[in-house]
Amino acid sequence: MSRPRTLFEKIWRRHLVAAETEGLPATLYVDLHLVHEVTSPQAFTELAERELPVRRPDLTLATMDHSTPTDPSIDTAKLRVLDPEGSAQLDRLLANCERHGIPLYAMGDERRGIVHVIGPELGATQPGMTVVCGDSHTSTHGAVGALAFGIGTSEVGHVLATQCLLQHRPKTYEVRVDGRLQEGVVAKDIILAVIARLGIGGGTGHVFEYTGEAIRALDMEGRMTVCNMSIEGGARAGLIAPDDVTFAYLEGRPMAPAGYDWEAAVDDWRSLPTDDGAAYDRTTTLDGSALEPMVTYGTNPGMAIPIAGAVPEDDAIEPEKRASFRKALDYMALEPGQQLQGKPIDVVFVGSCTNSRYSDLVAAANVLRGRKVADGLRVLIVPGSDAVKRQAERDGLAQVFVDAGAEWREAGCSMCLAMNGDQLAPGQYAVSTSNRNFEGRQGAGGRTFLASPLTAAASAITGRVTDVREVLS
Amino acid sequence: MSRSFTRFTGSMAPLPIQNVDTDQIIPASYLKVTDRSGLASGLFSRWRYRDGDPEGEPISDFVLNRAEHADARILLAGDNFGCGSSREHAPWALVGYGFRAVISTSFADIFRSNALKNGLLVVPVTEDGSASLFEAVAADPATEVTIDLEAQTLSLPGGGETSFEVDPFARRCLLDGTDQLGYLLNQAPAIQTFEAAHPARLDTRSG
Repeated sequence: MSRPRTLFEKIWRRHLVAAETEGLPATLYVDLHLVHEVTSPQAFTELAERELPVRRPDLTLATMDHSTPTDPSIDTAKLRVLDPEGSAQLDRLLANCERHGIPLYAMGDERRGIVHVIGPELGATQPGMTVVCGDSHTSTHGAVGALAFGIGTSEVGHVLATQCLLQHRPKTYEVRVDGRLQEGVVAKDIILAVIARLGIGGGTGHVFEYTGEAIRALDMEGRMTVCNMSIEGGARAGLIAPDDVTFAYLEGRPMAPAGYDWEAAVDDWRSLPTDDGAAYDRTTTLDGSALEPMVTYGTNPGMAIPIAGAVPEDDAIEPEKRASFRKALDYMALEPGQQLQGKPIDVVFVGSCTNSRYSDLVAAANVLRGRKVADGLRVLIVPGSDAVKRQAERDGLAQVFVDAGAEWREAGCSMCLAMNGDQLAPGQYAVSTSNRNFEGRQGAGGRTFLASPLTAAASAITGRVTDVREVLS
Repeated sequence: MSRSFTRFTGSMAPLPIQNVDTDQIIPASYLKVTDRSGLASGLFSRWRYRDGDPEGEPISDFVLNRAEHADARILLAGDNFGCGSSREHAPWALVGYGFRAVISTSFADIFRSNALKNGLLVVPVTEDGSASLFEAVAADPATEVTIDLEAQTLSLPGGGETSFEVDPFARRCLLDGTDQLGYLLNQAPAIQTFEAAHPARLDTRSG
């Protein structure tokens, strides 16, 4: 009997082409490489300069999401005029994928969507796999029990050419969330509370494994929200052990195993969860039953407070961090000790690889149904994939949003990083379901309050930062 | 773009802010390029220029706009430098501007990995070490340090030196001026053997 191992260790060991030695990193095999238009062109150029083929186009999947318009009236021809640079980037991806035989979900393809939404949706990301992408939110796919992490463009080139990466073995960090969540508290609130606790560098050098009753009780899409923001806690990857919820989610999806292969796969996947007695390098525990809806006040995702709370006072901040704290408050035009609840806002954004899946839209629609968006407020609802969009249109969710006065958009990354023209104006405040409240992230001078889809929808009705429990009660 | 680093002596540009994210280093609006060049003007553009516009008015008190730091090629930054997005455009922009190294108490994992692949050395120092460097630069902006990658040492302004940690493989590549892809390509036989024993989990072309 081998010694007990963590989920991370089991996946890591299975993918070692060469183990790490003194002075040399491990060579780690990649089961699935996801590609998008922004971080891949220079990698393909590197291959072209060296006259290298793509080793495994059959393990590579490309989509267009970052630079794509979400305004339904903008087609490819219009985009060439409106955004020649973005359009050229999309063309480049198309040419690169054609040249190397890489499947690409281009504009107009009904499988297209945000890379971290379509991977699980297609059943392409599966338990026990290694998954990488030139995108830090690749951690999302850890929700199915895959070791998934973001890489730089040089590494995108490495994987295209060799299907491998040079990696040092990270440490493991158990993030345990016990108890049952209160009404109105959801996956997004868990992860914002985790990051507030650990700090945005707290997970550096580690892979998180989320455990505990509150995590087990989440559906798959909630688990994706949690794993998605592992990187905001400094961890390159976050994992959740696969269980019956995972298997039920994956069964029947287009790229998931089928028939006998499915039975064999599930048998294998059941061996993945961390063994009893396995040791993590670090562990932290949160009481899920004590969590409140969370909202950020500053310019990084660790600057989060319970929605009824107040911005910290100066003396609550360590002296050496005070200058950065004041810089953040200056940017946000907030004061120490200020309440966020009731703060007027200009925009609500429901979308991004964190919170744009069907269940996120259901949550928002349940709050907005039969209600109206506040006067003068702009509300964007941006589905994570074309499939999510079609399902929401079939099931009447889209109509709920339109009736409420929100904008119903095409799938894409949109205002999460504001590359495609969807952006805040300088000085505007947004409640956003995305993952980063960095200065200017959602548009130069824009100010972001990160929150859950429930909080976003409640705030859309009032035009102010609002506790969803007050709207629903 | 040079990917080598051996030894460098120069003055430092102090940026005493924690958690500098890669959106600040290079905003997303610059990510539409399809090559590695042309990013230097976007470096810290939202802090460097009024309205973030490189054609516009420079913000005079931002460190890169101060005459006494115009020649600095080492960035002295606060803790957890390079957090956030995986964009390699961040080190491309820093290198494009002319930076050879970043000194901080810690670096985000992906940024560190990206930087070392582009000849931009990341030099971790202790909190005390960092504080004394910031003090030295405040007292004399022309203060120089020497970073010696072969010896893994950083000379200190008051005399003496401190050693720093760096991934030994990345160090070897930087000293030799070789890149990591070449090393991986040489592992083709081992990769082939691995693939034979590790059947593909899916075929993306079947979707």
